[in-house]
Amino acid sequence: MISTVYAVLFYVATVLLIVGTGMKVLKYARTPILLKIPVSPAPRTKRGVVLRMLREVLFFESLFKSNKWIWIFAYLFHYGMALVLLRHLRYFTDPVWWWVALIQPFGILAGFAMFAGLGGLMARRIFQPRIRYISNPSDYLMLALLMLIVFSGYSMKFLAHTDIIALKAYMLGLMRFQIGDLPTTLPLLVHLASVATLMIIFPISKLMHAPGLFFAPSRTMVDNARDKRFVSKWARNLPPLPEGIPTSEEG
Amino acid sequence: MAPLDKKADDDKFMDNPFVIPPLECGASLDTDTFKAYPEHNEALGFPGELLDNWKEVAIAKMGELAKRNRAFQVYLDTCVKCGACTDKCQYFLGTADPKNMPVARQDLLRSVYRRYYTFAGKYFPWLVGARDLTKEVLDEWYTYYHQCSQCRRCSVACPYGIDTAEISMAAREILDSVGVGQKYCNEIIAKLKKTGNNLGLNPKALAATLEDLEEDLEDETGVAVKIPLDVKGADILLITPSADFFAEPHIDGLLGYAKVFHSAGVSWTLSSYASEAANFGMFIGSYENMREVSWRIRQAAKDLGVKRIIFGECGHAWRVAYSFLNTLAGPFDFLDQNYPIPQHILEFTLDEIESGRLKIDKSRNDEFVMTYHDSCNVARGSAMGDKEGGQFDVPRAVIKAVCNNFHDMERDTIRENTFCCGGGGGLLTDDLMDLRIKGAKPRMTALKQVSDNHGVNKMAAICAICKTQFAKVMPKYGFEMDTIMSVHQLVANAVILDGQESDEAEEPTAEETP
Repeated sequence: MISTVYAVLFYVATVLLIVGTGMKVLKYARTPILLKIPVSPAPRTKRGVVLRMLREVLFFESLFKSNKWIWIFAYLFHYGMALVLLRHLRYFTDPVWWWVALIQPFGILAGFAMFAGLGGLMARRIFQPRIRYISNPSDYLMLALLMLIVFSGYSMKFLAHTDIIALKAYMLGLMRFQIGDLPTTLPLLVHLASVATLMIIFPISKLMHAPGLFFAPSRTMVDNARDKRFVSKWARNLPPLPEGIPTSEEG
Repeated sequence: MAPLDKKADDDKFMDNPFVIPPLECGASLDTDTFKAYPEHNEALGFPGELLDNWKEVAIAKMGELAKRNRAFQVYLDTCVKCGACTDKCQYFLGTADPKNMPVARQDLLRSVYRRYYTFAGKYFPWLVGARDLTKEVLDEWYTYYHQCSQCRRCSVACPYGIDTAEISMAAREILDSVGVGQKYCNEIIAKLKKTGNNLGLNPKALAATLEDLEEDLEDETGVAVKIPLDVKGADILLITPSADFFAEPHIDGLLGYAKVFHSAGVSWTLSSYASEAANFGMFIGSYENMREVSWRIRQAAKDLGVKRIIFGECGHAWRVAYSFLNTLAGPFDFLDQNYPIPQHILEFTLDEIESGRLKIDKSRNDEFVMTYHDSCNVARGSAMGDKEGGQFDVPRAVIKAVCNNFHDMERDTIRENTFCCGGGGGLLTDDLMDLRIKGAKPRMTALKQVSDNHGVNKMAAICAICKTQFAKVMPKYGFEMDTIMSVHQLVANAVILDGQESDEAEEPTAEETP
């Protein structure tokens, strides 16, 4: 019974995550950019923009320059999470890819970094008056949900051991649309339910910052307005303006 | 030279330009700017007065803008409330009102967007801070979106590049679309559409003003330097803010351009039809109005048959010119493609200096110890020259070429991190004077630092709004109002025109004074 519920939950979550995020991304991509609005100094070439975005994605360059504390916590969290996610590939691959096997111990450590980062961000949200002022319940809950995911994950390792072999068999089964038996230890159920929740709310929440980053005209546009004329889709339909100077307007 | 702030009252300043004040809710709530009269709104294509069905219209407009403008749509969605921008706005640093923190300013609108356009906001408004659009909310928009100078300092700090200027422009566009315009901006745009400039100056008056200035120039130099108007067939059309015809220290900048053009031996002209570089259409976020205002420049250039367009010293005008003009009024295939279209007067002057065509006597500026205020729109919304960051380096290169003493202010208050002067984005109006003084506080503090440490006694800028704002606000901080200078004022001081000193025989009556 629980196996089926979780199977349905994961199918639904996966579909919502992919379709929802895909639709949002499509919406962003189809929405016209009105004007050349790169925040300068901006690269004068496409290659330069790619480098700018790489620096943003890999190093969080702007955040590093603007706030070191948030940068440290955000970096710990995001890079910790990246490693943890990669480590989890072992539950979905058989045989496990060699590099996934290689990063297993680092993945375990990364979870602590992830938790520390989340804790730091949460502490700032609670204790820093400016950030508390701008926080809504959802902002705290998002952090709490992610912390719950990490905590329940570690619980399986350190508190209530879970039958990982059986879990992997269940997951591999789901990938072939076969519903097997899910081990029913509480930490695992909490872990999986909270991950599914995160997947479901991804496209309708601020988690869209991840794909959204690549659609921010202030960062993604090339600074070449004088060299190359830019006209948005929307503006092409505007009525033309008169070419000559209307005599009545002078004087 | 003695440091400039003998009279300065120390507690007007901050300990450093980045001191974050404790939050004071509502500190800036009473700040109000006059609303536009119906005739101003109507001249811009907006309803004259608040519509009866304003709520529906505002919500629909919001959706329309999100569909039309990717920046607006993405910026509404992607903020994670990390807080990196919260200490970056000069109006927050100056007023301590938390709603002047960039993310909080965005949220005034985002909260309403969420309520009507997102799943979470429709069904769980309390969870994501979504709220209904009410008259109070509309008033709050008017109040706080007119405490943003759209300077983009916060956007530089944002990990996602969220640009509060885009949100602020959209908010003003929504307000205009329901009949709530700001007097300062809308009256000026209406005036420009009638007369070609923000001052409402007609061609005759403009011609007379320019003649007076030519006389002044000749008295000063003994050389007949012209400031031509509406000359068909001239090579260069100069588009400059109309403040350059009247205000101090703007005029001195205009005289500087005239001397540079004279020395360069180029033919140039101003246009009475497009006698304004400023384009307040940007401030109110109205693409259509911005396009109409820009279009006059194209019309004038075609009508006069010029080959090049050069812009005078004006910050937001240069953003519109550099980044938008080609979009709004292009293609400029009828101009000479060998020159940048449009070109900035500083690019032109630096070329003249570097080629050695301009004769310079730097010592004539020796009484000045200069610093330079990067204007926000030039710094973060445009560029100059062909290298990244040219908008910072070109003005400094010109200043250093005509002046021996130069010290930059603290690094995080200049270049891409420059503070707005406090009067940008349509806030340069007397009814916002209190806000303007507070918004200038970080800049004034940075200026005081270089004044104390390096004896800086003048600050140059290349923006008509900055110049007016500083001339007005500096005395409140104990600086003389003429502490602010035009960059081309320095150029004008240092340039030696042909015949200016040596040809006494030609102009015996006009012994020039340095």
